[in-house]
Amino acid sequence: MTIQTQGGVDPTLQRTITARVNGRDVSGVVDTRTTLADWLRDELDLVSVHLGCEHGVCGCCTILLDGQSVRACLMLAAQVNGRDVETVESLSSDQTKLHPIQEAFQEEHGLQCGFCTPAMVLRTKEILADGRERTDEEVRQDISGILCRCTGYQNIINSVQCAARKLRAGSPAPIAAGTGTGGSSDQNPGA
Amino acid sequence: MKPPRFAYYDPDTVAEAVELKARFETDAVVLAGGQSLVPMLATRLAKPDALLDINRISSLQQLEVGPTHVEFGALVRQYQLETDPLVARNVPLLAAVTHYIGHVENRHRGTVGGSLAHADSAAELPTAAVTLDAEMVIEGPAGRRVEAARDFFAGWMTSTIAPDELLVAVRFPITPADAGWGFVEVARREGDFALAAAAAQLRLDEAGRVSEIAIGLASISDRPLRATEVEAQLLGQLPTADAVAVAARAIEEQVTASDDMHATHSYRRHLAATVTQRAVLEAVGRAQEGNRS
Repeated sequence: MTIQTQGGVDPTLQRTITARVNGRDVSGVVDTRTTLADWLRDELDLVSVHLGCEHGVCGCCTILLDGQSVRACLMLAAQVNGRDVETVESLSSDQTKLHPIQEAFQEEHGLQCGFCTPAMVLRTKEILADGRERTDEEVRQDISGILCRCTGYQNIINSVQCAARKLRAGSPAPIAAGTGTGGSSDQNPGA
Repeated sequence: MKPPRFAYYDPDTVAEAVELKARFETDAVVLAGGQSLVPMLATRLAKPDALLDINRISSLQQLEVGPTHVEFGALVRQYQLETDPLVARNVPLLAAVTHYIGHVENRHRGTVGGSLAHADSAAELPTAAVTLDAEMVIEGPAGRRVEAARDFFAGWMTSTIAPDELLVAVRFPITPADAGWGFVEVARREGDFALAAAAAQLRLDEAGRVSEIAIGLASISDRPLRATEVEAQLLGQLPTADAVAVAARAIEEQVTASDDMHATHSYRRHLAATVTQRAVLEAVGRAQEGNRS
């Protein structure tokens, strides 16, 4: 059993944790009841982790834990000790130099209010990591764990397909018929 | 929407976890994947004195294929059930039902044991466990005991795990190569709880008659149920579309769920027969294909 005594602090109520967050080792003291989402937002200022419902329904707090999408409101901060956490801040902090997935969401109008966008962008990064082509129907199912109340999803699906093409640029694989309904204005994708 | 204060323990071994359960009894809850428990904490439906996080116990994370059974440690993630070819090959129905659990973000964390111990009658894994005659491996201060899935679910969100016990594994029988299986779920949206769902697995003899059949239903009662009357009517019969449709109606008598905001009792009776019929026909189709090849 891990009992980290911290100068008399009760380890059942407070822990010191170290996690790799967006490529950087971060340490902190957390109350054991603090959720991962609250720790990322309140202590690390990673406010892209949006809290909509705080009980695992809306998906807006989705982060990547060791590369897998999880709901940050359904984990305790103490549980990520020694783990790798990624939020959308890791993609690009420079508004003039967006990540191809971010560019795709901008070009295809894949957002309106933006509340679900960080989660959608991270989920897109996760699903496109395998380099596989997807039908729009597959994309629709892949993003079904995140609620968007603005777009009606079609522009998000277009954005994911656009991002897939950008990430595949240079690959000789043709775009399958019936996929990629969203055209992109980018004449030179991936550049 | 923040969890209440609790004493957090993260034991390294099953023995330590059982010791903590024995100490806190009903004042402790076990945190596995957290996909049901953490919402209950956030909404304060659960306010335990102690939270026992079992995620560090490595012995609960094993998946072992034995000669007759596949044994899943309680902490095997649902995502692994869905994607590991060992599961699809040995217990295909289990791999298929898992896809219907919440969303992939939930399945990345959600565990086999967590879903079974939560004992929600609308949930897919309890229904699969009852259908496939899985066995629960439960450890307490006196040692390990094994309980049949059909006896394990004791009522609404209730299992037979005693306050000082921990569910450590579940064993699913390896599916015979000639068996066919089917699973049909009706929910309002992708990832929602089932309004009704049916799992079926069967074998056919050389004349094409049903020689073995198991059907399990979710969300029609306080616990997952076997469709015993439907099974009895189809056993030994040729599973024609008409025969299956008639037999499936027998499930209606087992529907005890009352009206709720999602469905009336009479709609659930109708759904139960429909999903039963479709799941059995899916299983028949697969069994016939298997017998031809």
